[in-house]
Amino acid sequence: MTNPHAPPLLAIRGLSKAFLGVQALDGVDFTLRHGEIHALLGENGAGKSTLIKTLTGVYQRDGGTIALNGAEIAPRSVEDAQRLNIGTVYQEVNLLPNLSVAENLFLGRQPMRFGLVDRAAMRRRARAILDGYGLSIDVAAPLQRFSVATQQIVAIARAVDMSAKVLILDEPTASLDAQEVAVLFDVMRGLKARGIGIVFVTHFLDQVYAVCDRITVLRNGRLVGERRTADLPRLDLVAMMLGRELEAAAHRLAQPTEVDESAPPLLRFQGVGKARSVAPFDLDIRPGEVVGLAGLLGSGRTETARLAFGVDRADSGTITVDGAPVALRGPREAIRLGFGYCPEDRKKEGIVGELSVRENIILALQARQGWLNPIPRRRQEEIADRFIRLLDIRTPDAERPIQLLSGGNQQKALLARWLATEPRFLILDEPTRGIDVGAHAEIIRLIERLCADGMALLVVSSELEEIVAYSRRVVVLRDRHHVAALTGEDVCVERIVAAIASESSPPVAEARP
Amino acid sequence: MTLSSSALRRNLPQCGALIAVLLANWLLFPDFFSIRVQDGRLFGSLIDVMNRGAPVALLAIGMTMVIATRGVDLSVGAVMAISGAIAATMTQAGWSLPPVLLVSLGAGLLCGLWNGVLVAVLRIQPIIATLILMVAGRGIAQLITEGQIVTFVSPGLAAIGSGAVLTVPTPVVLTAATLAVTALLVRATALGLMIESVGVNRLSSAYAGVNTPVILIAVYVWCGLCAAVAGLIVTADIRGADANNAGLWLELDAILAVVVGGTSLLGGRFGLLMSIVGAAIIQAMNTGILLSGFKPEFNLIVKAAVLMVVLLAQSPALSLLLPRPRSPANALPIAAKVTSNAPGKAHKEGSAQ
Amino acid sequence: MSMTWLKSAFAATAVVALCAGVSPAQAAGGKLVVGFSQIGSESGWRAAETKTAKAEAEKRGIELKISDAQQKQENQIKAVRSFVAQGVDAIFIAPVVATGWDAVLKEAKEAKIPVVLLDRQIDTKDNSLYMTAVTSDTVHEGRVAGEWLAKKTGGKCPVVELQGTVGSSPAINRKKGFDEVVAKNPGMKIIRTQSGDFTRAKGKEVMESFIKAENGGKGICAVYAHNDDMAVGAIQAIKEAGLKPGTDILVVSIDAVPDIFKAMAEGEANATVELTPNMAGPAYDALIEMKKSGKVPPKWIQTESALFTPDTAKAEYERRKDAY
Repeated sequence: MTNPHAPPLLAIRGLSKAFLGVQALDGVDFTLRHGEIHALLGENGAGKSTLIKTLTGVYQRDGGTIALNGAEIAPRSVEDAQRLNIGTVYQEVNLLPNLSVAENLFLGRQPMRFGLVDRAAMRRRARAILDGYGLSIDVAAPLQRFSVATQQIVAIARAVDMSAKVLILDEPTASLDAQEVAVLFDVMRGLKARGIGIVFVTHFLDQVYAVCDRITVLRNGRLVGERRTADLPRLDLVAMMLGRELEAAAHRLAQPTEVDESAPPLLRFQGVGKARSVAPFDLDIRPGEVVGLAGLLGSGRTETARLAFGVDRADSGTITVDGAPVALRGPREAIRLGFGYCPEDRKKEGIVGELSVRENIILALQARQGWLNPIPRRRQEEIADRFIRLLDIRTPDAERPIQLLSGGNQQKALLARWLATEPRFLILDEPTRGIDVGAHAEIIRLIERLCADGMALLVVSSELEEIVAYSRRVVVLRDRHHVAALTGEDVCVERIVAAIASESSPPVAEARP
Repeated sequence: MTLSSSALRRNLPQCGALIAVLLANWLLFPDFFSIRVQDGRLFGSLIDVMNRGAPVALLAIGMTMVIATRGVDLSVGAVMAISGAIAATMTQAGWSLPPVLLVSLGAGLLCGLWNGVLVAVLRIQPIIATLILMVAGRGIAQLITEGQIVTFVSPGLAAIGSGAVLTVPTPVVLTAATLAVTALLVRATALGLMIESVGVNRLSSAYAGVNTPVILIAVYVWCGLCAAVAGLIVTADIRGADANNAGLWLELDAILAVVVGGTSLLGGRFGLLMSIVGAAIIQAMNTGILLSGFKPEFNLIVKAAVLMVVLLAQSPALSLLLPRPRSPANALPIAAKVTSNAPGKAHKEGSAQ
Repeated sequence: MSMTWLKSAFAATAVVALCAGVSPAQAAGGKLVVGFSQIGSESGWRAAETKTAKAEAEKRGIELKISDAQQKQENQIKAVRSFVAQGVDAIFIAPVVATGWDAVLKEAKEAKIPVVLLDRQIDTKDNSLYMTAVTSDTVHEGRVAGEWLAKKTGGKCPVVELQGTVGSSPAINRKKGFDEVVAKNPGMKIIRTQSGDFTRAKGKEVMESFIKAENGGKGICAVYAHNDDMAVGAIQAIKEAGLKPGTDILVVSIDAVPDIFKAMAEGEANATVELTPNMAGPAYDALIEMKKSGKVPPKWIQTESALFTPDTAKAEYERRKDAY
């Protein structure tokens, strides 16, 4: 197709970028060829965002080179990158929704006539451009009238029309349905045929295999590797992303306690789901059982946890507790039922930063008792001191504002908040993220201990060994679907990775080998 | 309100400022601290400070809790006008004191409920939500009084403004009582904790099971009630309801009192007593200016200059220059260690994506 | 709804007028028709002005159309345009602000409709845009109050002054007029002056501090308030300090609202200078005079600044309490 000796469209070599001493990108290479769709993949914190922002001039790199058609470039701003023919389209379309489609296409570069905007010419040209994308819409209508998919195509058309040679699509499919994705892919293939190089960021592996020629995987700010899509089995891709050497994968560290399978489940989800969040799923959880939720970022694992605590309200299915159906209207309802929830974003959704460790620990218990029934100060101190000792929360005293504690100790204090309510069912979303190694091990031990005491737990984690270590059962999610439920011998890293990498969405039962 | 050394230290600027302003007044006017009894009522400049400061102090009590939830209530001045207008109009129409008080306070409660629902249920930003009533409320008051100053003859109602309980002026007694009831309500129950928790982090509080809408509505209702009491005092004091001027701009004085008292506009920890100190500083200044004989053109400049000094004294940037007994900085290395290891970084970048 | 009603009513009148071949105003049986664009009803005085304008019109057999502008100039301009379209005989305006009137007044002038400004002046380069302005002389009011006090105390009196809102023109002028009298009487002295913002509450608060600052009020001979509301507040402060207002401390103020007559009747106030709400009356008279004999009135008709004292207070109160 192209001369193999010509320089690639885009060549990034040894790119580095640090924020406040944290190395976000560490000597990353990335090559984009003419007429290629190239997937840029990685889990949270892999460095995808930083790479793209450095490329589009939002951040200035610390080291390395970026060459476009063999000539070195250093974009200073988004406008600068645009001038260099690098266009970007984000998940959230950043056009002006109340302006017309034509105006959005030509914003800042309207065709002029006698010093005035030539509207007729603008519409004519807009229609011509969109025809090229198979889109025949009223270009004079405001952009907000159209679906997100159409808006995205308008954004792509705008970027391409501004003579983009490199087009970056940052999670464009995150809020599209299957049909819209198909339309978008047609557009992408059309652009590819015109020799444009496309960088495609997504969390959906099916989409990677549907449309991409090559894949580059990043992890923890480093390049893991670049492969041709055809040469890379899914399993290997997931392993690259999660950083597992499959041969050396860990097996279960401890045998979980025996659970009476015949006993009625504490909690039963039947066909529970929420549109554009997570597809309807069935799930039973018994006392003394840890159910792990595994999957890539955006797979629906956090969404499942939020549905289980009533933070989001399911729009389908029934939830039964102790055999009685419940309407999970919100966290207060969940807490009354004996649930507890440690969210993924500890700082924004978990701790109450300015308040003391003591106040944070007794908050849920106090909220359940009601404001008229205050916990006496001495009792508060007893509870706080007990959990500070029990969970080894490192704080000079219970009166220290919780925001001054380290991440691990904040997490332990949040666990203490729920343990103080003596819950029957605890939902933990990424309980060990951002925690130092020592606290990490303590939290895992704690989970095992709670389980042994007969509590039911639902734990989301991207650390597969960790999930394998404490889960009696692991539910694997992919593309917002519960795709597999692994039990017994199948609870191992290989099986989880295989399920994440599996191609179709088979019913849960068939996923068991 | 524990009297630990850190609490004392935190409140030092405010208490110091109050003492300084009172001393300045004494220097300008040597009889400032002299008090006598006149017609069964304490009489003196210091009493004036407390008596005239009562409406703003009352507003500050309600405003403190609203601000603690990271809100603000701009409508309190208008609510004062409404409650005063109702009291005067009903009294003039021949109603006896109990129904007059009941309806006036009820109107304040309703106003607060309106604000609370806008903020808590419809999730309108507090500054906008309460702006509606700030503008409309005065109009409502003018409708009630038909644009006139409605005067009344009622020794009972007048006593709320210019009477005395055991020689202490009624407004001062009412303010003290409101402070006591409010303090009891928030500190003897778990309400204070929940208000602070909602103010610091509404989402975390909701996930911990705190009934955030009810807490929010409750503080706005209480704020409306305090404003209604303040409105009654002002109307009773001049024996007439002046819908155009009653409580005009007092919402700003109340917010200022709360901020001078050390409660952050960003919500969280609040101190009722310190807000009263803030109101006292403002009023001591006003009274001082009146006693001083300065030209009225200087009033606002003097006021602004003193407030700037008080607020600067509370500035965290300046307080860093002062030595501290127990520096919170010793917690920082731990935090820094956590963010520099790999999972910490992952978390950080994850939120940027 | 009322606009459409007005429009159709106007249309009907116009049709009748066309058939009869006379102007619409004359169609109303030779009655003079006056359109009055009032600011609003922000104070009791303002409401009284409107009420008096109606009563005075009735007295003279004039048909008065009032439009309430709710404190907005654009509403006033709209009202004036509508009056021009209706072909009224004269337009009265109580202007909410001083500037921005030239264009609409030109329209009135072209339609040959005389314009009278009530209570406030406007800023314009072209004085021919209005026929006359009926306003009070606020400097004179201060002078009248001062002269009464000088006469009453034989020119010997330490006075405390309650000013209006700092920077407002009535506050500046009422102070100026009073100061002129003080300058002529060496025994008179303003010992303290502060702003009471024209309100009762502030008037009371400021008076309280004056009393304390002047040895429990013993050093004060009289209080001069720039309006009656502040005086009413001051009276309460004097009473609460254990003194007798009107006797221990004389009270003189400006405006002549009903409540001050009540205070005078009870012996608690001594004098007030009237800012008459009857601005429309002299305007009607000038208008009728002009229509009858073609006599052009002077550019400024100054209303009388009458002084009232306790002897007529009771009767005045009865007369006024309904006008306000």
